[in-house]
Amino acid sequence: MGRKILLVTTDQQRYDTLGCNGGTLARTPVIDGLAAAGVRYERAIPQSVVCMPSRSTILTGQHPTTHGVWMNGVPLPIDAPSVAAVLHDAGYRTALIGKAHFEPYFDPFQRFTENQMARIGTVPPNGTHRGFEHLEFATHGVAGMLHYARWMQAEHPETLGMFYAAVDQDLQVNSAGGGDTGAVQVHVNNVPKEWYHTEWVADRTISWLDGLDADDDWFCWMSFPDPHHPWDPPESEVGRIDWREVPLPAGYPEKASDREAILDAKPRHWRLWYDGTLVSNFEAPAKWVPATMTADQVREVNARNAVECELIDEALGRVLSAIAARGWTDDVDIVFTTDHGELQGDFGLMFKGPYHVDGLMRLPLVWHPAPSVGLAPATVTTPVGLVDLAPTFCAIAGVETPSWMQGQQLPHNDDSGPERVLTEWDSELFGVDVHLRTITRDRWVCTAYRAGTVHDGSEGELYDLVDDPLQQVNRWDDPSQRSLRDDLVADLWDSQPEPHPTRLQLQAPV
Amino acid sequence: MTAPRGSVRRQVRIARPPDKVWAIAGDPTRLAEWFPGIVSATVEGTTRTIVTGSGMPMPEEIVTNDPLQRRFQYRITAPMFQEHLSTLDVLDLEDGTSLVVYAADARPATLALVIAGAAGNALEHLRTLMEGTD
Repeated sequence: MGRKILLVTTDQQRYDTLGCNGGTLARTPVIDGLAAAGVRYERAIPQSVVCMPSRSTILTGQHPTTHGVWMNGVPLPIDAPSVAAVLHDAGYRTALIGKAHFEPYFDPFQRFTENQMARIGTVPPNGTHRGFEHLEFATHGVAGMLHYARWMQAEHPETLGMFYAAVDQDLQVNSAGGGDTGAVQVHVNNVPKEWYHTEWVADRTISWLDGLDADDDWFCWMSFPDPHHPWDPPESEVGRIDWREVPLPAGYPEKASDREAILDAKPRHWRLWYDGTLVSNFEAPAKWVPATMTADQVREVNARNAVECELIDEALGRVLSAIAARGWTDDVDIVFTTDHGELQGDFGLMFKGPYHVDGLMRLPLVWHPAPSVGLAPATVTTPVGLVDLAPTFCAIAGVETPSWMQGQQLPHNDDSGPERVLTEWDSELFGVDVHLRTITRDRWVCTAYRAGTVHDGSEGELYDLVDDPLQQVNRWDDPSQRSLRDDLVADLWDSQPEPHPTRLQLQAPV
Repeated sequence: MTAPRGSVRRQVRIARPPDKVWAIAGDPTRLAEWFPGIVSATVEGTTRTIVTGSGMPMPEEIVTNDPLQRRFQYRITAPMFQEHLSTLDVLDLEDGTSLVVYAADARPATLALVIAGAAGNALEHLRTLMEGTD
C-alpha cells in the first residue's frame, strides 16, 4: 500500500484569499491547517491564466505550447499524456470529480466525452478517460449537460432559475449586475447551501472514497468550480461578510486618474479593455466596461468571492473528515491549488485575460505531504509552476517521472526548485489576437509580446516583484534595467518548450 | 439590441480529387457520415433536419447545392440563430487533391464559432475518412 493523493483545485482563486497567505476576508482554517503542517508556496505560477490550457498543464505536466491547448475552446487531444493514466497504470484508483474542462463546454453537438458523460454514467465507455476511471462533472451553474446540472434539473428543478445565467440572449458572457451595488456577475442566488455545487463536489468525492477498499491506492482530483465568477453563492451564506466593511484591494487605486496612469504605462490592450474598446478573452463580458466599475462594486465582488472561498474550505474539511474516518489520514498527500487567479479589482479590472501580473499569476499552493513521510513544515519562496504538479504526483506514488513531463518535483524548501517559470498567452477571437510570453526568475517577472492586433511585437512588461509587489511600475523601457531585460528576454526565448506537432484548432468559445 | 455577427472559416486539404470529395461532402443526406456530433440528417425538398448528439433536432434550409461549382450552402433556421449562412466549397487544386473550405456566418457571433469549430473538426474527420480509403 502506497501514499494516496488528494488533489484539490479551485477555479480562478487569488493567492491572497487564504488566511495562510495573509488574506483577511475569508476564514480558511482547514487550508491554513494544511499549510501550517505542510509546505506553503509563496510563488506558485500557472503556465496559462485561463482554464483549459492551465488544467491541461496540471494533467499532462506540459506547457501549453507542448500539450497544444493554446486557448480556451481548444480541446486537449484525447490521446494527450496524463498523469492520471500513469498513476492508473501503476495500480491507483483514479477519479475526477467537479470541474474538468479539458474539452469545450459550448457543445450543442455533444462531441466531447465530458459533455456526454452524464448521459453515460460515471464510468467512461473505454474504462478510463484521460486516465480517470470515475468521472462526475460540474461547472459554475445548473445549465448544460454535466452531472451536477442534470442532478439539479432532475431533483431540484425549482432552483434552476435561481442561478446566474452564464450567457445573455446574444450568447455573450453575461454582463448583468446584481447584489446591492449592481456589480457585474454578482447575483442573488436563493439555492439552499446543501444543493450548491461546492457541497455537491464534496459529497460526490466522499461517496467515491467510501466505495474504495481500505488498502486501495487512489488519486482523486476534487475540482471545485468556485470562486470563479459568477459570484452567486447561496444567499443564506452571504451575510458572513458585509461588503461595506471590506477594504479595497491594495491593487485598486480608488482614484480613476491613478488607475489610468498605471494602465497607460502598460501595453495598449490594458487600457483598451479598461475603456471597453477591446475584448480579447471570451470570458470577459463584452458589454461590460471596466472603467464603469465603482469601489463599492469591487468591495461586493470581493466579499462574495470570500464567501465562496469559505464554503470551499468547509467542504474540504468534510472530505478530510471522511478520509480520517477511513483511517487514511497518515498516508494521504493533499495538494491544494487553483488553475489561475482573478484580477478582482486590481488596476480597476475584473476577471482575467492577457495580463501577466500577480492577480492572475500568483496562486495559492499548499502541499500537505502524507504525515507518515515525516517531512518538516516549510515555506517555499522559490517560484514553482503548476507544470510541477504531475512530476510531484509521480514521486509521491513512487513511479518514474515520464520523459514527456516538463516540470520537476515540487521542492520541500528553498534549496532547490526550477530556475525559471514560464507562462504564455495566445488568443485569436473574432479578429483580435494577442500573444504573450513570460518568464518569472529571481525577483523579476518579464513579459515579451509578439505582434498582434494592437501590438507590434516590441512591447513588454518588466516588474520587480520585491520593490513593486503590485506591478504598478512597468520598467520595460527603463534604461537602467535594459541589461537585465535583455538577459531575461534571451532566457525566455531560449527556454521555450517544444511545440505541439500540429496547431490545434479553436473549436468553441469556451 | 442586435447581437454581433461573426464569420469563422475552417479548411482542410484532402489528398483526393474534388469529385470524390464532393460525392460525400456535397450530399446533404450523408452529413452524419463525416460530421462528429451529428447523428442523422434527413432531407425533404430544401429542408434538411439534423439531429445532434444531444438529441436536439435542428432544422436547416438548403440554399445552394451546386455540383458544378461544388458549393453547398445552408441556413440554420432554429430560433437561437438571428442570422446564419454556412458555406462549404470543394476546390480543385489541380494536382489530384482538394481544398475543402467551410465558412459560417452567424448572428450571434458565438454561434459562428460553435458551428465552424465543429465543422473544422469534421473536415479533419472527412480527410481521415477519405484518405483512409481508395
